[in-house]
Amino acid sequence: MSILSRITNVFRRDVSRDIDEEFEGHIADAIEHGRDPAEARRAFGSPLQLREQSRDLRLLPWLDSLRADAVFGMRQLLKRKVTSLAAILSLGLAIGACTAAFRLIDALLLRPLPVAGASRLYMLYRQGIGFDGKPQTFDGWAYPSFELMRAAVKDQADLLAVSYAEQVDVTYRSDQEMEKVYLQYVSGRMFPDFELRPALGRLLSERDDISPGAHPYAVLSYDYWARRFDRNPNVLGQTFHMGERIYQIVGVGPAAFTGTETGTVTDVFVPTMMHPGAIRNDQTWHRSLALLKPGVAVEPVRANLHATSRAFELDRAKGFTGMTKQSIEHFIDQTLMLAPAASGASGIQQEFRRSLIALGVLVALVLLIACANVANLMTAQAAARAREMALRVAIGAGRWRLVQLVLVESAWLAFLAASLGGIFAWWAAPFVVGRINPPDNPARLPLPADFRVLAFGLALTLAVTFLFGLAPALRASAVRPASALKGGSDPHARRRLMHALVGVQVAFCFLVIFIAGLFAATFDRLSHREFGFAPDRVLTLDTVAQHAQPSVFWDQVTDHLRTVPGVESVALAGWPLLTPNGWNGFVSVNGAPPGPVLAYFLSVSPGWVEAMRTPLIEGADFRPADTASGGAIVNETFVRQYFNGASPLGQAFAKGRSRYHVIGVARDAPYRSLREPILPVAYVPFPTAIRTATFIVRTSSANPLALASTLRQEIPRARPEFRVSNIRTQADLVRAQTVRERLLAMLALFFAAVALLLATIGLYGVLDYSVLQRRREIGIRMAIGAQASDIARRITREVFAMVMVGAIAGLALGLASVRYIETLLYRVNATGPAMLLPPLLVILAAAFLAALPAVFRAVRIDPVASLRAD
Amino acid sequence: MEEQNTDVIQGTLDMLILKTLSLEPMHGFGIARRIEQISRGVFKVNPGSLLTALQRLERGGWLDAEWTTTENSRRAKVYKLTRAGKKQLDSQTADWSRRASAIARLLKAEG
Repeated sequence: MSILSRITNVFRRDVSRDIDEEFEGHIADAIEHGRDPAEARRAFGSPLQLREQSRDLRLLPWLDSLRADAVFGMRQLLKRKVTSLAAILSLGLAIGACTAAFRLIDALLLRPLPVAGASRLYMLYRQGIGFDGKPQTFDGWAYPSFELMRAAVKDQADLLAVSYAEQVDVTYRSDQEMEKVYLQYVSGRMFPDFELRPALGRLLSERDDISPGAHPYAVLSYDYWARRFDRNPNVLGQTFHMGERIYQIVGVGPAAFTGTETGTVTDVFVPTMMHPGAIRNDQTWHRSLALLKPGVAVEPVRANLHATSRAFELDRAKGFTGMTKQSIEHFIDQTLMLAPAASGASGIQQEFRRSLIALGVLVALVLLIACANVANLMTAQAAARAREMALRVAIGAGRWRLVQLVLVESAWLAFLAASLGGIFAWWAAPFVVGRINPPDNPARLPLPADFRVLAFGLALTLAVTFLFGLAPALRASAVRPASALKGGSDPHARRRLMHALVGVQVAFCFLVIFIAGLFAATFDRLSHREFGFAPDRVLTLDTVAQHAQPSVFWDQVTDHLRTVPGVESVALAGWPLLTPNGWNGFVSVNGAPPGPVLAYFLSVSPGWVEAMRTPLIEGADFRPADTASGGAIVNETFVRQYFNGASPLGQAFAKGRSRYHVIGVARDAPYRSLREPILPVAYVPFPTAIRTATFIVRTSSANPLALASTLRQEIPRARPEFRVSNIRTQADLVRAQTVRERLLAMLALFFAAVALLLATIGLYGVLDYSVLQRRREIGIRMAIGAQASDIARRITREVFAMVMVGAIAGLALGLASVRYIETLLYRVNATGPAMLLPPLLVILAAAFLAALPAVFRAVRIDPVASLRAD
Repeated sequence: MEEQNTDVIQGTLDMLILKTLSLEPMHGFGIARRIEQISRGVFKVNPGSLLTALQRLERGGWLDAEWTTTENSRRAKVYKLTRAGKKQLDSQTADWSRRASAIARLLKAEG
């Protein structure tokens, strides 16, 4: 008999019937051959025992007992539909959230790139003291430096230059049909090094890495090819314009490869040699990846790279002017480091690593709270079933069989919850990814639901089963038949376990609420901070020309836009505030040597302060004469930093060879980020000819985007040289700054609510159970004259003590965890009472609410009825 | 009167069943009767042990079983030897003869 038929026999109902029939046939035969019927039966032995033995031979006994337990466990769950459903829902939500968090963390931080040798891939970065005097790391490199390093380690590793994925404008036909693509400049070698095969045409190779500007070839990513060209093979040989160049499409990459910048799906790859800064030694525009050869140790390669990079920068620093000695020293004294980059290298990884891990911890805590709930539920039920268990032991069930019986029931709960959680995770992970970046520029992260996710889900389910099932199972199996059947085991032991779990729940719940509070406060402070300008009703139009255009042309467009109905004021800026752009330099005041603090600059036209509604504290806006003679408007921080707070009007300062004199002081406004402290900023006039700039348009209507398409058409109408490449509202730019905080606050508050709800339900369940269990005791107390308040105190005292212990433990946990999330917070005093008290009050209020029904139930107990029962 | 021991020698039931079935396929009662007849009543097979032994042998893959209808129109489970069962019978027979002759020698030995 094969294993398979033994397995199928487990699920056949007629196995026992077959056996019985054979036995009966045997006896009938015997009687036919003259045996006495009674004697024949007696000779047979006990038919039940024989059937049992035969059954065990015909199938797999362990599987059979598992099946029986599964059927029995399911019946138990169905018997208590409401509690089972509550348990499954709460566990399902928690398991789903954990699985979703794992999917995100896995996809963004853990999953290796689908390339050869991903485990040998490292990213080069430098660690040191930044120009602002604070420790910083930087992963950008200049190509000439990269070339030297590549030559230095060529026997141990292949160095690959990979630019930051950037959104650029390309046109396939006419200029009017411009589209945005994510483009990466990459070393041609990357494709053969990663052993990637083209889906179509050819990929780039070393031959595309030779001379600057000479390799106008592009490889499309499979994803882009499918999306934009519908997998049309005729795409080979097509050309597109980007900037002033024409590129030819030579191939399509493999489907799995989406670039090295995890969180962004690259659309187009072009050779590094086509980058405008390819041979400039002062433009750090790409990451450097090192693919170590098999068996090569990391440290010698790192040391070699470090020495090469340092020599390069030392040489370059000789030409530095306008910097303090200390800044130059800091600059030279950076250490080159290698970080594993098996899962790619991206800014999104850096920005969201800590947030995702914090969220992962939060949902894990919620899962533990849910587990504690279910464990309490199971313990209470085990109490109700103590007699059943005792009976089972008495008629010969082994301890292990009882453990199995209870664990199988837990496994049912866990697996039903896991299926629910699977559905939740399937929906939730993409939901969160969609909110990682602002809507016009969403993060894209492949989220395959493969064996990694499945294995995690399965492991989690098993872990959860044991977590909430094992203690009740062991307890159930340790039943002493004699005492349980008499009805008198120690009822306090069980309550002690439940109380301990309540303490744990409250501690975790406090932690979750506390951290959610920190995230919410951070988001609140960030979105309600002072801006120093009015972001509402402002539209920003990034505008480009094929070649640099004289400022007169730009002024013509500005004047034209002012005549469009619905436009209040128009100005030109180098770029909008609160975008990642920056332009900085060291400033020398009144001819003194440059100071140690970087100042930041933004080119603006006259009228910019008015369009942005940036209040001027002193002086006045640019007049046409000022733009030619080097006037500058500086912000308050600039005044404090360089002029010691004295009125700077008329004072002069210089950045390198450019000289400026202060004509006005503007209110402080965040420059590129809401999170960093206000930078010293100088708003200066435009140079005489520029290629790209941004029109800042203040509209009179509340919805500035209503004017977007009109303005997009009006700009080329005013001057055909210009076209708009991007339109955003300033308000969206502000919101984009708080995307991470909004996401964290939203998810953390949601899970805090879930945690609080679960803990409240758990508390309610435990109190209710203990009232039920002690109703005889309460009845006696009432019969001999105890007051209702006394009863209430007795019922709640122990549990509230545990709540307090839990809250204090949670407080300690919270204080200990603050330093791990400090970088995610903004102007929040995490250890102050303002952050610590609310969670405490919320939990106490919830505990009070949870206790009410049980207390009512206790004081309403009818002594006579309770004593007569049982 | 001293009662004769009619128990099958411990550990030989499987071999006896296989041997019996090597002659022709049979159902459980037939096997028991055949063993009694051939041993001339020396061995009486306990029906309970026989049926569990049959299950064990079937599980081991030495027997195949099939439900058939007997002449008196009752359903009966008929067992037949498989190829593996034949091999098993051969090895068990060889093993038994080796041990039986050794016991015989030991019992004959004198002084």
